[in-house]
Amino acid sequence: MTTKRTFRVWRGSGEGELVHYEVEVNEGEVVLDVLHRLQATQVPDLAVRWNCKAGKCGSCSVEINGRPRLSCMTRMSTFEPEEPITITPMRTFPVIRDLVCDVSFNYQKAREIPSFTPDPGTEPGDFRMAQADVERSQEFRKCIECFLCQNVCHVIRDHEENKEHFSGPRYLIRVTELEMHPEDTADRRTISQEEFGLGYCNITKCCTEVCPEHIKITDNGLIPLKERVADRKYDPLVWLGSKIGLRKGADTPIAPNTRKPSSAPEQ
Amino acid sequence: MTSTLPPPENPNATRAHISQRTFRTDRWWLGPLLTALGLAVFLVYATARVFQQDHYWVAEHHYLTPFYSPCLAAQCEPGSAIFGTLPWEFPWFIPYAIVSMPFLLLFRFTCYYYRKAYYRSIWQAPTACAVREPHARYTGESRFPMLGQNLHRYFFYAAFLIALINTYDAFAALLFGGENGGVGIGVGNLILFTNVVLLWCYTLSCHSCRHVFGGRLKSFGSNPVRYWMWTQISRINPWHMTFAWVTLGTLMLTDLYVALVASGVITDLRIFN
Ligand code: SF4
Ligand code: SF4
Ligand code: FES
Ligand code: FES
Repeated sequence: MTTKRTFRVWRGSGEGELVHYEVEVNEGEVVLDVLHRLQATQVPDLAVRWNCKAGKCGSCSVEINGRPRLSCMTRMSTFEPEEPITITPMRTFPVIRDLVCDVSFNYQKAREIPSFTPDPGTEPGDFRMAQADVERSQEFRKCIECFLCQNVCHVIRDHEENKEHFSGPRYLIRVTELEMHPEDTADRRTISQEEFGLGYCNITKCCTEVCPEHIKITDNGLIPLKERVADRKYDPLVWLGSKIGLRKGADTPIAPNTRKPSSAPEQ
Repeated sequence: MTSTLPPPENPNATRAHISQRTFRTDRWWLGPLLTALGLAVFLVYATARVFQQDHYWVAEHHYLTPFYSPCLAAQCEPGSAIFGTLPWEFPWFIPYAIVSMPFLLLFRFTCYYYRKAYYRSIWQAPTACAVREPHARYTGESRFPMLGQNLHRYFFYAAFLIALINTYDAFAALLFGGENGGVGIGVGNLILFTNVVLLWCYTLSCHSCRHVFGGRLKSFGSNPVRYWMWTQISRINPWHMTFAWVTLGTLMLTDLYVALVASGVITDLRIFN
């Protein structure tokens, strides 16, 4: 069955506007199919980012009727028959053109995280991990870096000035994953709070709501990380221990040379 | 060391200038509205009851409402104070359960679920996902006084002890609430027990509880017992929000039942003795 549907699509750069189109829609199609038809039949210069059409590459993130979604996984049948469909680029990132955003912010935040740091005395092949420990971090490895969680998070979405101080849910769960690794020796708890801005998160769970991989970002990542930070920074006994020099191990700083000097006074 | 700075963002590109607060077409305001109403109902009811200082104890069946447990004022009715009372009469503005009420309030106030609930519905940061919030600045829980939310685990420890007291109350009503102070079962006992079981569900599904029992470990493989405990808590933890609401309801219902029986409006239906 073929119908005509009204699409309102963002065109242009950040100063762009919503443009109305009437497009054909066939049964069983997803939003990305319709954008491709629009490109093929009416606006050959429409910029859309996509790759796999299977919800696995994380390229096609946009906002559909105000909700951050993967356009290749959003079925047309989920809308009311007469409902116009509004498609805008992700609001948190600068627009390059039409629906394509510059997501470098995320790569910047990724580089600042100290990587996996095993005991230098161990040789390759020495590790033996229990299945339970593998499973725990495996959940976070499902991330396809669609950046929908980064986009929906109100900390930076509604307050652009916080971008400098906040790494966003995707990178905070990367920290959690490393902190939960039995063979890792770094201690990222202090930088989670002071450099990556974990304290800005108020656990309102929008990241979990939009994650197409259904990662329990808040319950299994952010809250456990907040609890670990509380162990390190807000536990009176630990605090006393560090005052009288009982605490072993040092806080790991952020990865070197990953910030412009202006925002990293320690360099 | 070579620089690992990524290529900079294009300085000329800006975010999409969209003035609409949201393009969402669903009823995103409904959830926060119901949450605010639900919290308000509980707060009004609980405040009224805690300061009423009456109808909290049914001597005949040994029923004590959770809002007055443990009863500590000198004017607590005989038998209702399991730890004995302090030597002073409490004025109207001090709850009889002065040691438990503040901690229970703070336990729920700093609870990760209730935080989400009131940040969204009352503070409106954010009201709903992808709906622009009305604040000009935002620092979340990164500054004083919001840093205090990190103390949640200490209120969890307190709540754990208070749940033990509530459990004692429920058993005491069963063992001493029948005729001549013997064993007896009435509808009130069933209500007290349901309430206590659900309070435990809420308390044990707490995220801080999950953390202290096992979540804080780096390695599960070398701590099988704590891993097992963590696994059990992880099974109820996803229901924490449900328990948070259900226990608000059961607390009010339990208290209401005790109040109605204590004031003589209804009589307790007895099943045994
Ligand atoms: S839970 Fe925290 S990180 Fe996730 S969207 Fe909300 S504020 Fe952002
Ligand atoms: S955590 Fe989920 S929402 Fe966030 S980038 Fe990864 S897959 Fe996307
Ligand atoms: S195109 Fe790959 S996730 Fe949509
Ligand atoms: S009581 Fe809700 S998280 Fe602890």
